[in-house]
Amino acid sequence: MKPSTVTRTLFAVALTVLGTQCGDQSKPTASAASSTSSAGSAPAAGQSAVVDKDSKPDIPKIAVGSKDHTTLVAALKAAEYLDVVSNAGPFTVFAPTNDAFGKLPPGTVETLVKPENKEKLRDILEYHVAVSTFKPEMLRDGMTLNMANSGNVKVSVKDGKIKLNDSATIIATVPASNGIVHVIDAVLLPPAK
Amino acid sequence: MIMKPSPTNTRFALCCALALSGAVTFTGCKPQNLVATAQTGGAAEKVYVPPGKHDEFYNIVSGGFSGNVSVYGLPSGRLFRQIPVFSQFPECGWGYTEETKPMLNTSHGQLPWDDSHHITLSMTKGEHDGRWAFVNSNNTPRVARISLKTFRTEEIIELPNSAGNHSSPFLTENTEYSVAGTRFAVPYADEGANPDVPINTYKGNFKSTISFIKIDPQSGRMSVAFQVMLPGIDVDLARGGKGKSRDWFFFSCYNSEQAHTLLEVNASAKDKDLITCVNWKKCEDYVKAGKGRKSKVKYAHNVYDEGTHSASSTIENEVTVLDPKELKDIVYFMPCPKSPHGCDTDPTGSYIVGSGKLAAVIPVFSFDKVQKAIADKTYDGDYEGIPVLKYEAVLHGEVKKPGLGPLHTEFDDKGFAYTSFFVSSEIVKWDPKTLQVVDRIPTYYSVGHLCVPGGPTTKPHGKYVIAYNKITKDRYLPTGPELTQSAQLIDISGEKMKMLLDFPTVGEPHYAEAIPASLVEPNATKFFKIEENKHPQVTKSEKDARVERNGNQVHVYMTAIRSHFAPDNIEGVQQGDDVFFHVTNLEQDWDVPHGFVIKGSKAAELLIMPGETQTLKWTADRVGVVPFYCTDFCSALHQEMQGYMRVSPQGSTTPVKFSVGDTGAAH
Repeated sequence: MKPSTVTRTLFAVALTVLGTQCGDQSKPTASAASSTSSAGSAPAAGQSAVVDKDSKPDIPKIAVGSKDHTTLVAALKAAEYLDVVSNAGPFTVFAPTNDAFGKLPPGTVETLVKPENKEKLRDILEYHVAVSTFKPEMLRDGMTLNMANSGNVKVSVKDGKIKLNDSATIIATVPASNGIVHVIDAVLLPPAK
Repeated sequence: MIMKPSPTNTRFALCCALALSGAVTFTGCKPQNLVATAQTGGAAEKVYVPPGKHDEFYNIVSGGFSGNVSVYGLPSGRLFRQIPVFSQFPECGWGYTEETKPMLNTSHGQLPWDDSHHITLSMTKGEHDGRWAFVNSNNTPRVARISLKTFRTEEIIELPNSAGNHSSPFLTENTEYSVAGTRFAVPYADEGANPDVPINTYKGNFKSTISFIKIDPQSGRMSVAFQVMLPGIDVDLARGGKGKSRDWFFFSCYNSEQAHTLLEVNASAKDKDLITCVNWKKCEDYVKAGKGRKSKVKYAHNVYDEGTHSASSTIENEVTVLDPKELKDIVYFMPCPKSPHGCDTDPTGSYIVGSGKLAAVIPVFSFDKVQKAIADKTYDGDYEGIPVLKYEAVLHGEVKKPGLGPLHTEFDDKGFAYTSFFVSSEIVKWDPKTLQVVDRIPTYYSVGHLCVPGGPTTKPHGKYVIAYNKITKDRYLPTGPELTQSAQLIDISGEKMKMLLDFPTVGEPHYAEAIPASLVEPNATKFFKIEENKHPQVTKSEKDARVERNGNQVHVYMTAIRSHFAPDNIEGVQQGDDVFFHVTNLEQDWDVPHGFVIKGSKAAELLIMPGETQTLKWTADRVGVVPFYCTDFCSALHQEMQGYMRVSPQGSTTPVKFSVGDTGAAH
């Protein structure tokens, strides 16, 4: 438990104890305080949990709906990053396919999704997210995109093909309600800091 | 609790100290310290809606002199939305945008304000159906219909031959009609009659009307079906019959003295005024049979079309007027003690409760006895040619000494009635069968109307009564001479009423209804489908965005989507041009409106819902480059959602030019 949680819990307990000294009338105050405290210690699900079957799908819904992106979705979940890309955005997400993840050295993904590697995984995922909508026609040769982890991605355009860091190619584009998803065939690895 | 001092422990110690100082107060258990706790007696739990959880009821509350309607949750008292109705509302451009201006049109032209009074929710077979809310304007007589899907005003109809629409917009049991009784009698101005008469000829020249507005059962569209002409009395409130009395409507009327000055004294002279009983079914039959006079009048009928996202206003010029002196079986009067305000029917339709503002009793009339008195002609003379039923013949009984200044009565699900008392600032619970008072609770202060969820229907939901107070004095932090008005939530689930919560309200919470969220929530519109947008100036994709000149008018067909406008660079506008920004929000996502405004706008802003098109008219009054931007915090790059319009002198050769994302620089 973090110190603040400890303090809050203890304070609620203190109130409960004190409350009983005054008989029945103060009980509701005490129980209201403790229920507030328990609500506070269990945060509600974030924006990715909003039930909305009517709106145009957002980026997580597109990813979840794609059979080629199960690894990406698992990684987003492990990094607790789904709520972020459910936000109003707008985002550009470069979404490596399962095959793209498969190109990484064996065991890489399994290691990254371990709880102790959450920060590292998040850094890699954030290297695939930019805040603003880059449509394909806006991606020009020689352009540099600043990504959510503050690293840069270099764009090159040759024969109508858009490549990122000379390694990943955009193979499909799906517009989302909160931005755009470019499907890529290789994972982008952030340069060492 | 001995701990080494560390930042955490210090904080904990501080908490303990605070808790202990609280303990002194608690363990003291002085009655005055327990007032709050005792009074609440679990109240906090009963009104606490945890973060992220929804309330059980919608409370649709009239905003009184704000001219609008507010939506709260119960039991929390949280305010969700203000719905603009009769007053311009710059927050969303209501009454300022080209699309919504016609909604405020009347026979007097476009009006910026009115005084909204009573809410009525649509019913099917006497029960809430969650489709529409109706609200009346008291100053320039109108009735509005609000959709409970979009929570927007869809229609406003003006009432001809009326001078202050107070007794409105109450509904018949199946929402066949909404009523509109005038609070002021005036000389008629139709049929070429000269309304230019001395005020002191009131008794000969002044008349009142009650209008019946037909509601289309599918679309909800309103039309004035007929009016019943009455002597010059002031029609105050009303309620439709239910069950066996469903064909009847009951209206409280004051100023049977027909005073035209110092009503404070002169309209309180008689010990009884009148409740007007109208058989609307018979009226309907007479209209079908071609009876009644066609009155030449002028009134506006305004409709907002969800398909075109635009309102239109039509001026109508005829209404059918029925005269009860000729059609003898449509109207009867019942005497009712002193200046009745509330006139309410119980859920079974057996009783009609009159609440005389100045009376020391609450008279309860029996519908069966009313029918018998009519059949037997048990009259106590007539009032200007309309029969007055004998008080004793129609009376079920009187609630004796209930309080001072009874105003309005609603009913719960257990057969009890609740009446508000303005003067004695209390709500009194009583039994309509035995006429005995069973409980009373003070309100803070001067309660006007009250509301039990479903209280005016055949199936009250009960659980709470809410007091809508006119005066709060010391109840909240003061805010200068103008203080908030308030609502108070009272638990009526037990034998004794229990005060649970005070919450401040927008404007004057004149009257309200509450409806279970389950009847409304599932139908709420999330956004408008762009493919169904039939606005004549819609721009359905960014590639269609453009600027067109037509004489000195410039039309900008603009789109908005996170996080840019298209176009966002516009040139070729000239000083003196009228520029129309037709902005379409291309989002198809819940809760992502965009705003639009340009410097110097005299028409507030646009607040454009996803899939909708709205138009801001702006006149280029000076030469220069003028910025525009999105006013709704739509996204992480909301601040970047901006653009420029270049205004050149009149006659300039700068061509019309527009773009988005063109970074090419001129040299």
